[in-house]
Amino acid sequence: MVATEKNRDTYKVIGTRPVRPDGTDKVTGRAAYAADTQMTNLLHAQVLRSPHAHAIIKSIDASKALALPGVKAVITAADLPDTDSDSTQKLLDNVIASNKALYHGHAVAAVAAIDVHIAEDALDLIQVEYEILTPVTDVREAMLSDAPILHPDLRTSLQATNVDTATDIETNIALHLRQERGDVEGAFENSDVIIEREFETSWFHQGYIEPHSATAFWSHDGQITIWNSSQGPFVQRDSIARLLNLTAQDITVIPQEIGGGFGGKISVYLEPIAAVLSKVTAQPVRLTMTREAVFQATGPTSATYNRIKLGAMHDGTIVAAQAYLAFAAGAFPGSPINPGVSCAFGPYYFENQLIDGFDVVTNSPKSAAYRAPGAPASEYAVESTINELAERLEMDPMELRIKNATSEGKPNSAGAPFPRIGAKEVMDAVKNHPHYNSELQGDDVGRGVALGFWHNAGLESGSSATINSDGSVSLSVGSVDIGGTRASLAMQLAETLALTYEQIKPHVADTDSVPFTHVTGGSRTTFAGGWVAYELGIELREKMRQRAADIWDVDIEEVEYTDDAIVKVNSDEEKTFTFSDLAKKMATTGGQISATVSINKTSQGPAYAGHIVDIEVDKDTGKVTILRYTAIQDVGTAIHPSYVEGQIHGGVAQGLGMALTEEYYYDDDGHLVNSSFLDYRMPTALDLPMIDTELVEVPNPGHPYGVRGVGEVPIVPPMPAIQQAITDATGLHIYQMPVSPRVLLEELLESKNLSSNGHGTGEGRL
Amino acid sequence: MAKIVLNTIINGENREFLADERDSLLEALRERLGLMGAKEGCNNGNCGACAVIMDGRLVNSCCVMAAEIEGAELNTIEGLADADSLHPLQEAFLENAALQCGICTPGFLMASKALLDENPDPSEEEIRWWLAGNLCRCTGYDKIIRAVQDSAQRINSSS
Ligand code: FES
Ligand code: FES
Repeated sequence: MVATEKNRDTYKVIGTRPVRPDGTDKVTGRAAYAADTQMTNLLHAQVLRSPHAHAIIKSIDASKALALPGVKAVITAADLPDTDSDSTQKLLDNVIASNKALYHGHAVAAVAAIDVHIAEDALDLIQVEYEILTPVTDVREAMLSDAPILHPDLRTSLQATNVDTATDIETNIALHLRQERGDVEGAFENSDVIIEREFETSWFHQGYIEPHSATAFWSHDGQITIWNSSQGPFVQRDSIARLLNLTAQDITVIPQEIGGGFGGKISVYLEPIAAVLSKVTAQPVRLTMTREAVFQATGPTSATYNRIKLGAMHDGTIVAAQAYLAFAAGAFPGSPINPGVSCAFGPYYFENQLIDGFDVVTNSPKSAAYRAPGAPASEYAVESTINELAERLEMDPMELRIKNATSEGKPNSAGAPFPRIGAKEVMDAVKNHPHYNSELQGDDVGRGVALGFWHNAGLESGSSATINSDGSVSLSVGSVDIGGTRASLAMQLAETLALTYEQIKPHVADTDSVPFTHVTGGSRTTFAGGWVAYELGIELREKMRQRAADIWDVDIEEVEYTDDAIVKVNSDEEKTFTFSDLAKKMATTGGQISATVSINKTSQGPAYAGHIVDIEVDKDTGKVTILRYTAIQDVGTAIHPSYVEGQIHGGVAQGLGMALTEEYYYDDDGHLVNSSFLDYRMPTALDLPMIDTELVEVPNPGHPYGVRGVGEVPIVPPMPAIQQAITDATGLHIYQMPVSPRVLLEELLESKNLSSNGHGTGEGRL
Repeated sequence: MAKIVLNTIINGENREFLADERDSLLEALRERLGLMGAKEGCNNGNCGACAVIMDGRLVNSCCVMAAEIEGAELNTIEGLADADSLHPLQEAFLENAALQCGICTPGFLMASKALLDENPDPSEEEIRWWLAGNLCRCTGYDKIIRAVQDSAQRINSSS
């Protein structure tokens, strides 16, 4: 498969740590992000949001706002196109509510004005009459038969056999999905030990530091240009076209630098609003969300309720596994229940398993993708149950895992055999790690360990490359660069062409300039974009050989492209070009050489991670301090090891936020009461130690350089690792995330009361 | 909307400009002066993306009213590098891979500069404490802390 026939020991560029091409702009403040967009005649927009979690919008009167000097336009859902498609209508309704506000902060109207302060003033002048309805924000309450109904037309769709869920009644359950293997019931009957636990996780927001922002200009000629903060310019172009009833070719999306996304900048929120405001005013319109709106109205990942049942033999073989997973989708169907289900038992092979998953609408923002969507919640539940099973069996938790590990050839959740994977290598690396084998000292300290699994994604990518006359190569990629992919893609092209990293000049293109490229997400960019870079390199090598053959008037078969980027004829020393010499000759020998490649590969390699954490619990306050953290991961091939480590660090930090401090607080009326960075408490520099990483490299056989995605899986193990560490430190089993100081302190006080009353600790509360 | 005339020194240069009386310093820098390096992450003092140095003190520019800067001296990210070279902090952030998306980077650099101006040889704990007002969602802070340590060393060994 690898036409360059290099093996990893001979890589010259891959595995090095060069500075990223966009770095200087980012440390000097010059990098242009979406909110920095300036242009002549620019208008500033603001969005009016519902103060109610569930309400019928009876009327909107914008006359006073329109009368305010400086206000150029006010729009509501009535100004967006009609559609016959139910799914398009739901997307439109999330952008701006048509007849019902479905969550606190749901957009209901938007203003464009000559100044941002005027736009703010105008919001106060828009009069909206609501009829308030009862909201439901909790996933299990939303599943009850007497729950308030969000969408009267919603019916449960079934992706399951042998289930008798009634399908023609009003419900908030959008989907019931089932995966089955073997005979679970029979296997439970034969188990020596059965353990069943239930778990809850809160809503967790991606927490990117840059709020969403989009500037739109709808020209008189009908062409729309969007400058925005986007993980997927092509995907967004297509969905904006669908929402505005246009064709994709009517729209150009020019992605700006992106200030973090983690999955949350794939859905469109602002773009159709800014575009319609621009159409009405014939001026460019810039719309940037407030931080409060980001929390209220952009997608966090689902809050979940999960129940796990495991049946094992005394020797640790898990013979039966069952999961019930209910994910809150927010106001519209679409929680990550599918990957939640398919990842739940990802690191293991169980002969008999049954998983039921539910996608449930609630009066909260429509959930969006967030780093390994669905996996942290379902795997937290499974990993925590496995840790407790190890306790019960008096087995080392890693030994129990190794005993049940999946491996190459075993079926994945869809039944297809796994290719070469690093599950076992990661588990062994954890078990043998000095951290795992060190002695933990001190009072109120504890250690936890957990694994993580994630599929990674393949999907479409496209790029083009042009050889310049000075021997450099311009590389235009369709993937926006969130964390260093200009570098990781340029490195793979440099490796293929046997050039230096510095000779490649990568550039993120707009949607008119390169072939369709799917989102920067799914840990796919270095994988799929790397495939493209490799194929571009192969094509350019061929074209350089052909050009030399033409110049020398020999057959291309006689021309070789060496590992030093020399183009030559072996039998004739006179016939030798360096890459740069040949590049100089391009203009007069047929013109510049370039190539464009697009691919759609499905050979992505699944990722495994194993984390070890030591903590200390302050028993007076419930605060958990992280003493030491080690993250081990199969990364396939680390193209740029520093950026791989950075991905792991970031994933761990977000996972620790989920485990300890981050959550959405809804009051009884469905108001989100903590929509600020102060109250939605993400880890700061002071909350974390250095995060040690160990990169295990089991090359992905489905990639020319062995790349697996790396970005997502590290967010999976922190929750269960912390859960176990808390148990180790306190003796308490806590089955909800986050274990905030409030939660832990309550549990600590309760267990103290119980033990002073002679009732033992909090064990066995389920 | 009432306008006000403001006189300041920004990155060593006298600037006279017109702002809206409701503008925060962050809005004035970005919207009136076109200095886009300070970023808005929260607009209420919680993230540090908008950090600048005002009369030698680190401030979140979203929490300072523009009117307050009359007569003040400001240092922003745009003035951190010399014409011919980057500041050692900038070099160290690049070489230590201390940024991913980069939106928090201007704020971290200004906060780190204020730290090193005051304490040229901070411990890891001191760096973490000082930078706790700056949020980064991408890096887990590990490489940022190392970059600050590295640049402290560079500055100390060159002086
Ligand atoms: S924008 Fe000023 S502190 Fe966040
Ligand atoms: S690098 Fe993205 S927030 Fe810090």
